Amino acid sequence: MSDASSTAHAPLRAKDVNAQAAAWLERREAPDWSASDLGELEAWLAASEANCAAFWRVEAAWQQAQRLAALRRGARVGAYLARHNLRPNLFRMAAAAFVAAALVTGWQLLPMHKSKAEGGELYSTPVGGREVLALADGSQIELNTNSAVRVDIGAGRRQVRLVRGEAFFQIKHDAARPFVVMARGHRITDLGTKFLVRERADGLEVALMEGRAQVDIGSAGSKSAMLLPGDVAVAKANALMVVRETPRELKSRQAWRQGVLIFDHTTLAEAVSEFNRYNRVKLVIADAATAKRRFGGTFPTNDLDDFTGLAQAVLGLRVENRGQEIVISR
Amino acid sequence: MGPSLSGAAQTASALRDWFVREVLPLEGMLLHFLHRNWRNPSDIEDLRQDVYTLVLRAAKEEVPEKTKPFVMAIARNLIIDRVRREQIVPIDAATDLDTIDMAADAPGPERSAVARDTLRKLQLALDQLPPRCREVVVLRRIEGLSRHEIATRLGISEKTVADHITRGMCAIADELFGDASDGRRKE
Repeated sequence: MSDASSTAHAPLRAKDVNAQAAAWLERREAPDWSASDLGELEAWLAASEANCAAFWRVEAAWQQAQRLAALRRGARVGAYLARHNLRPNLFRMAAAAFVAAALVTGWQLLPMHKSKAEGGELYSTPVGGREVLALADGSQIELNTNSAVRVDIGAGRRQVRLVRGEAFFQIKHDAARPFVVMARGHRITDLGTKFLVRERADGLEVALMEGRAQVDIGSAGSKSAMLLPGDVAVAKANALMVVRETPRELKSRQAWRQGVLIFDHTTLAEAVSEFNRYNRVKLVIADAATAKRRFGGTFPTNDLDDFTGLAQAVLGLRVENRGQEIVISR
Repeated sequence: MGPSLSGAAQTASALRDWFVREVLPLEGMLLHFLHRNWRNPSDIEDLRQDVYTLVLRAAKEEVPEKTKPFVMAIARNLIIDRVRREQIVPIDAATDLDTIDMAADAPGPERSAVARDTLRKLQLALDQLPPRCREVVVLRRIEGLSRHEIATRLGISEKTVADHITRGMCAIADELFGDASDGRRKE
């Protein structure tokens, strides 16, 4: 490598500096990354501009690489898998009689986890994941972060159970086989629709984008409501409430399908709890006054830098990265 | 934001933001320039690194208003400097210095084009990693598993996991900023 032309400058060659920078970056993601580690890294950076350049460069690239998560959905990855002939077993299940799901998932390696059991096949996404399930009947289910569904589609029925999290349903109507979504004991019966189902701590939310759907709460079906586009039903154990949302609110609700979160006069507390659904590194708000601050904007779900940058620059807050936690305070 | 930064010594984070936002997107052009004006391809990465070092050193004092001419001027001066100082270098190592051609360099990439391209480049970078390395990178970056979790899952040592990740990080950076494959592959 070293020849006559490269004698003059820095003793360490670019490759080595880059490798060191990457090693620092890798270490920084460790769960046990400490303040003294940070001190060491800062000293290393302060030692030379070459170190800074190498570190910032690899750091920027690695942050961008998070966008790869966006490829974990849609046919593009399917094509990728096919092209590389990876995990052919992923495709074998397409032959399975019912969920002929051309299950299109994350890079070859960690597809959406799938397992067969009673009540249909289970599909799940990890924190930060997002997947599209294409069903044999032409319907589609899009799973948000940390979510799971059990899909049971047979000759006489189409039933999906939302085990956890949130999913967007795009259902092909079939009068002979109504599509039923069960969640938290509530039942949603579609009449040819697009709708979003989200499990929340205090109940189940069903937002209808198109078509019509019926929501019945409780296994006894004691209360029910017919949803029209724009309706959002909140189902609790013994109560069902329906509110009408504006197109804008509906759009924000499903922004995750594009990999972003949209906030509009949202408190930091709410925003942080949204971000925390998508990321393993958790945002923490240190004080009540900060939690009540409001702001708006569109942010990638998986990249906290835009958001923390805004918190610092625009809201004037202090942001402290503690490895697995990012603390926001006054 | 860029121009408003000028005129004062830079804080590290402002300098970093500027470097990432303004300088790194020029890397493809910079490499192209270096390749055309320096004969030995194995020096290019080091030259690129030296350009960045000089760019940061200068920008620490004052961030330039226009980044592209600033970076390219530094690259040009570096090449001239090397050729003059290192008498051992055969004189044709650098092409005729008077004709070092700045104008013909590709125009700076538009931001939107960059954004559109990013995924494709990332995908390419991932494609080109050795399978094990790719697997480890995906587990870390996309699935968010820790070094320990990946090691357990794949039955390899944590050290090996770390090595795969650092290697993947470097490859992704080269692909993303340097158009590494476009330059190398002679299609």
